[in-house]
Amino acid sequence: MEYGQLKERERSGRVPSGCGVSGIMNRTGKVFSGDGILASICSMTERGNGLGSGYAGYGIYPEYADNWCFHIMYDERKARELVEEYIESRFEVVNEEPIPTRKVDALKYVPLLFRYFLNVKNGFAPESAAEEDYVIKTAMDINRNFKGACVFSSGKNMGIFKGVGNPGEIGEFYRIEDYKGYIWTAHNRFPTNTVGWWGGAHPFGILDWSVVHNGEISSYGINRRYLENAGYYCTFFTDTEVITYLFDLLGRKHKLDFELIGKILAAPFWSEIEREKDERNREFLKTLRIIYSSALINGPFAIIVANSTAMVGLNDRIKLRPLVAAEKGEFIYLASEESAIRLICENPDNVWMPDAGQPVIAKLKG
Amino acid sequence: MARAKSACEFVAERDESRCVKCQACVRVCANDVHSYDGDTGALFSDYSKCAGCHFCEDICPTGALTIRRNLSDTRENANWTKDYIYKIIRQSENGGVLLTGMGNDRPYRNYFEHIVLNASQVTNPSIDPLREPMELKTFIGRKPDRIEFSGAGKSGGHVLKQKIPPQIELESPIMFSAMSFGSISLNACKSLAKAACDFGVCWNTGEGGLHSELYPYSDRVIVQIASGRFGVNPDYLQRAAALEIKVGQGAKPGIGGHLPGEKVSEEISITRMIPAGTDALSPAPHHDIYSIEDLRQLIFALKEATGYVKPVGVKIAAVHNVAPIASGIVRAGADFITVDGIRGGTGAAPAAIRDNVGIPIELAVAAVDQRLREEGIRNQASLIAAGGFRTSADIVKAIALGADAVYIGTSALISLGCHVCQKCYTGKCNWGIATQDPYLTRRLNPEIGARRAYNLLRAWSLEIKEMLGGMGINAVESLRGNREQLRGVGLSELELKILGIKHAGESW
Amino acid sequence: MERKAKKIVIKENYCIGCRLCEVYCITQHSKSKDIIKTYKGKGPVPVSGICFEEKGSVSFAIQCRHCDDAPCVENCLTGAMYRDKETGRVLHNREKCVGCWMCVMLCPFGVIKIDRAEKKVVSKCDLCIDGAFPACVEHCPNEAICLVDEDGKKIEKT
Repeated sequence: MEYGQLKERERSGRVPSGCGVSGIMNRTGKVFSGDGILASICSMTERGNGLGSGYAGYGIYPEYADNWCFHIMYDERKARELVEEYIESRFEVVNEEPIPTRKVDALKYVPLLFRYFLNVKNGFAPESAAEEDYVIKTAMDINRNFKGACVFSSGKNMGIFKGVGNPGEIGEFYRIEDYKGYIWTAHNRFPTNTVGWWGGAHPFGILDWSVVHNGEISSYGINRRYLENAGYYCTFFTDTEVITYLFDLLGRKHKLDFELIGKILAAPFWSEIEREKDERNREFLKTLRIIYSSALINGPFAIIVANSTAMVGLNDRIKLRPLVAAEKGEFIYLASEESAIRLICENPDNVWMPDAGQPVIAKLKG
Repeated sequence: MARAKSACEFVAERDESRCVKCQACVRVCANDVHSYDGDTGALFSDYSKCAGCHFCEDICPTGALTIRRNLSDTRENANWTKDYIYKIIRQSENGGVLLTGMGNDRPYRNYFEHIVLNASQVTNPSIDPLREPMELKTFIGRKPDRIEFSGAGKSGGHVLKQKIPPQIELESPIMFSAMSFGSISLNACKSLAKAACDFGVCWNTGEGGLHSELYPYSDRVIVQIASGRFGVNPDYLQRAAALEIKVGQGAKPGIGGHLPGEKVSEEISITRMIPAGTDALSPAPHHDIYSIEDLRQLIFALKEATGYVKPVGVKIAAVHNVAPIASGIVRAGADFITVDGIRGGTGAAPAAIRDNVGIPIELAVAAVDQRLREEGIRNQASLIAAGGFRTSADIVKAIALGADAVYIGTSALISLGCHVCQKCYTGKCNWGIATQDPYLTRRLNPEIGARRAYNLLRAWSLEIKEMLGGMGINAVESLRGNREQLRGVGLSELELKILGIKHAGESW
Repeated sequence: MERKAKKIVIKENYCIGCRLCEVYCITQHSKSKDIIKTYKGKGPVPVSGICFEEKGSVSFAIQCRHCDDAPCVENCLTGAMYRDKETGRVLHNREKCVGCWMCVMLCPFGVIKIDRAEKKVVSKCDLCIDGAFPACVEHCPNEAICLVDEDGKKIEKT
């Protein structure tokens, strides 16, 4: 199949995939190189088939910490011209440059890759969600309406790097080891059919949210329609996109903490809620589940979600996919396999298997 | 001219080698089909009166009786079938509107039979409901956009800032449709009411009021407020779990109801609050609802009357404009909408209306759910689908198309004995369901009826769990509106578009 | 103390008047215990132990109540009418019966039937002594006839 056809297939339909995920965070915000995450994700070779991998790093652009950073991939020059014109109409461009890459022979089709550091033109009232909504709208607009262009990262002081290749190739290509961040997440993909589109690789991100995900969501159909009811339009048709928007809706818009988001996405069973002794709490949990029933993610998943203040690991409510957590000092590790943690952290203080539906929440201190 | 006999639809075949002449058939047939001749000791059957209800066949202790279709036929003709010819003959004799009972029996496309379900293979494990929890709990009522609380994070837990709007809690997304005391017997009402309470779902009074013997089941009753306002009083509203304004019914959209005076017995007269022996006439429209703003007034009048602690819903027939109408109903303040499709049942309706007016529930549910989502108000009301659910799979498909729960009427009556002979309007139901005749109503022992209706709820719920588990889903809310789990077979592009599903063979 | 018998209770509200109880009673007390053979075979058709009453829409089947204090047993001259110690049932021994019909006169429910030809008592309910469960109860299509234990609790056929 030609590249274009492969790309269309992936853009217009879901591609189920098994995966490996890994994440590292320093809770004091101290930055460290991408070496570790690269080694960790590359060790789980059985969890990918070379058809997609990617990285998300937080704190990697300290010199542009206050600017929105868009990573955009283009199929062709024409798309770039149109998109840049559109961006300039909405933002003040502080800097734009190609994303630094190395030549890697194994990567056959490489799109044009650029990054933009932006300021919104007219400014919005601080604390209002308007600026974030404006940024999301821009990114969604480009992804929906500009042929051959894809915004794959749109946060501040963070970036997503991804493509079709194995994690070693993609890491080398993007020079991951050159960046320093305080949170790193990574993904190794095992799609069930041939894919060709770089935009379909993970992590998926919007604003400073990034999600890496291992699983297949059986509730996808309703999660997506629930988000549409709330004004989010899915353009990538991936499970990860849906999870990301759910975090944005629940975390940013509804201002729920990760603990509660966990109780929505991997809701406790009714029988557990009935066992809750405190009546007020029981009523609260029941109400939470009634209101957010369509946001329940059903089916197997292990996800690592990050934003600039936290990294969270979460399993589905009957734990159908592996996820291991560990800590050592200020470092928190999450991965599909324990070996992927021990490879980069020989003697963790603590290693555990998070229970079904129980989030592991690592928050930035201070 | 020779007078045509009415169509002899059935033949009750008697196997003389098995018949022991116990005469049970003679005693039980309300249509007097069978008779015994004392002089000759012979049994006769007058087939022309047979409704095809199969009661005699089921009661015969030796299996000597078989009810078959009468093969006597008119000349083969694709247009002038026997059915049409005899309808005209009947009308030439009586000059009246032809009545019928139960749901539409015309062969309109049944979309449920063109939709298939998904199951997990490899990439996603299926779940065994016998070993893992599988949740069917369903809440009917208005859901706010988001939760409001205070005190998050601390050990004291969370405190809700306000209670969410009233909900009814169902153990399974299946309820019994509105069937009034009057259209069905009190024993039939009791059977369904008890089964609903035992299983933890709801039953519905229809427009016939709430008989005092049904008070023990009133905490799980949805009471109807219909155009005739029969039996509506403060006590009726206070007792209910939820209120339903009945605007229309799938079997007869745009048509009122008529319970003839001879059926308005003492008990029905008390329950409906009308004089015994007078016709109970439900006007076609509510004469205080000529517009959506009038409906809003009634919705809020009912909420005021019940202190805003019970969901108030509106039932409409599925008609062409159902999606915008439903949207208006949600905006008018309804907590749930019931949409009754073209196959919805009735105790009596003009055959011409029943067979030709309305649209199939599959398309209506899909259109309403999609419209409410596009407008961002889907969470503001629950959607209950009604009209012709024959198996648990129909229910699963309706929920995946977007319904929160379904109402079952005909299948509930079948669990009580009904064989869908469509003669409800005659009042001679041999099974003691659609009748008020004391000879006949006693045939339905509500203890047996409740047990059987409960069994149906149980069996279907188990099957729904199996199907959910196959899809890798362990809570019904993850199926609701999840059209990715459906695929069409043999449907046109437009049909697929309206249903919002892909064709079989298309992957995610 | 003698055991009290299980009892058959009737729910006249749910009797549909089909009289299948009689058909099954007769069959159960026939030689073959097969309906068709019982009715169409060569031998005489037994008399049912059930009395069927009907007026207007109300009907019911009534059979021997197996009274705790049974006048038929107390007043039987020959001991033909007796109480079975083990089960508490009131039973009838045809061999001992001389046909005085005192029991028929004294039965408060009128459920003992007479054989005028042989001048004996021919039939009364024996709670289906041969079967595990009374045939009329088992086959009543509307559960209008039920079997209850000494405390009035319903007994289901197992």
